[in-house]
Amino acid sequence: MYCDECKQKLASVHLTQMFQGQKIEMHLCETCAAKKGALLIFDQDNNFTIPQLLGSFLGNPYDFQELQPINNQTVCPNCGMSIINITQTGKIGCSECYSTFDRELEPTFRRISGNTEHVGKIPNRSGENILLQRKIDELKNRLQQAVSNEQYEQAVEIRDAIKTFEKEL
Amino acid sequence: MILEKILTENDVFWMHAEQGPEADIVISSRVRLARNLKKVPFPHLLNKDNGVQCFDKIKTAWKQINTLEGYNFDLKTLDELSYLDKQILVEKHLISPNHGKVGSHYQGVVLNSNGSICVMINEEDHMRTQCFLPGLQVDKCYEQAEKIDDKTEEYLDIAFDSRRGYLTSCPTNVGTGLRASVMLHLPAIVMSGQIKGIFQNLGQIGMTVRGLYGEGTEAMGNFFQLSNQITIGQSERDINNKLTIISRRLIEQERLSREKILKDMPYQLEDTIGRAYGILTNARIINSNEALIMLSSLRLGVDLGIIKGIKPFTLNELMVAIRPAHLQKKAGREMTPLQRDEYRAIIIKEQLQRKISDDQE
Repeated sequence: MYCDECKQKLASVHLTQMFQGQKIEMHLCETCAAKKGALLIFDQDNNFTIPQLLGSFLGNPYDFQELQPINNQTVCPNCGMSIINITQTGKIGCSECYSTFDRELEPTFRRISGNTEHVGKIPNRSGENILLQRKIDELKNRLQQAVSNEQYEQAVEIRDAIKTFEKEL
Repeated sequence: MILEKILTENDVFWMHAEQGPEADIVISSRVRLARNLKKVPFPHLLNKDNGVQCFDKIKTAWKQINTLEGYNFDLKTLDELSYLDKQILVEKHLISPNHGKVGSHYQGVVLNSNGSICVMINEEDHMRTQCFLPGLQVDKCYEQAEKIDDKTEEYLDIAFDSRRGYLTSCPTNVGTGLRASVMLHLPAIVMSGQIKGIFQNLGQIGMTVRGLYGEGTEAMGNFFQLSNQITIGQSERDINNKLTIISRRLIEQERLSREKILKDMPYQLEDTIGRAYGILTNARIINSNEALIMLSSLRLGVDLGIIKGIKPFTLNELMVAIRPAHLQKKAGREMTPLQRDEYRAIIIKEQLQRKISDDQE
């Protein structure tokens, strides 16, 4: 059976949805399923889709082109999860997995959310250093501006402020 | 105490339509923030031992919030609650169906007195702080949830990364960990055949539409839950704004469609509504699907002034009171589906007649 979407590759993902009493069936190849996937995996309470579907995303064979050579033996030093476990369950093991498997997870994040970074809330306490770093980055920009505008007195003030903040880090 | 009241009475705060804007079309708004503890394995990896440790940390934090910050939250573990009681919380939309199925001593729920704040502990994430309000009040929901979030963060080390944001057990929640949603009643949009096109468009702009009870994609009784898909790369404010703006557009469209139907085919509309009212007040056996469909028509009738004397609160309350766990809790015994269908008919009849006579006095 060929994929309903691209009609080129073999369908390997089969979905059935109920919509207003009507049964809708979809047969997709992995590439098209991944594209459509965003629509399905966000259905949080629908437990049949998330782990399996996400699991198949994480371990999608065509992704390996995107992946750096990975060492399947790596386990998270904090919780003991391996990338294979993550692939199978579609779930991350702990907060430390995010840094342990940063490279392996990158393509997944890119697919789920595009190439975006967090721009929202930063926690006051756990994010103290991050807030400080953002402040320093902002001051560094202003320092450059001050120098290029030849406002040297201001530049000195900004430089001192940066030094103070950097000590706090 | 708090939980006891929420379990035995139908009333939770989101039902109070009189306290929410646009509450004729937007039943309720909800915001959920997913948070996890730094270095503690995510809930799906917890077992008896590390689960208890994790739960104790969270429990201690809530105790401190209560004593030091002057709050009055009730914390219960899921093994303290019967299956029926957990289903009651699910039917009130306070906890997810998944959380209602489990029952370990390291999973729990935190509630405030009117049920506007409910935190799920060790569901998919260590904490999912939720706020529910009547009508279209996404910003206010977020404001209240964030306040609680700030408090918990003072007492717990929350997993956060400057690039990825709040770290969650499922990568689809990473970033803000925010899911904002509204429950919409869109009978006129459905009647006029526009719903499918609208849903397709919503999907393309990063919104998800689900049915009333979340599980599955089936929508019942013209009730739909609309929420954001994307949790990263947008600020909380942007996510909330987008949902609010789209909800307003849908409200506008629903109102226009209602006017049009009322103008173009008033008899057919009154007929549908009148029949629904007739069934609800005369049926001896009614299943929950039929009841919900009839309640949707009745609600439309109340909104349009065709049926008088029924408060929106009663309609919201009925949507929950007719569910299996609520029926059995009220009856004080387990019931077969047929027994429930009979009892449901009685409850609906009582509520509608009693409320009408109350309101007329």
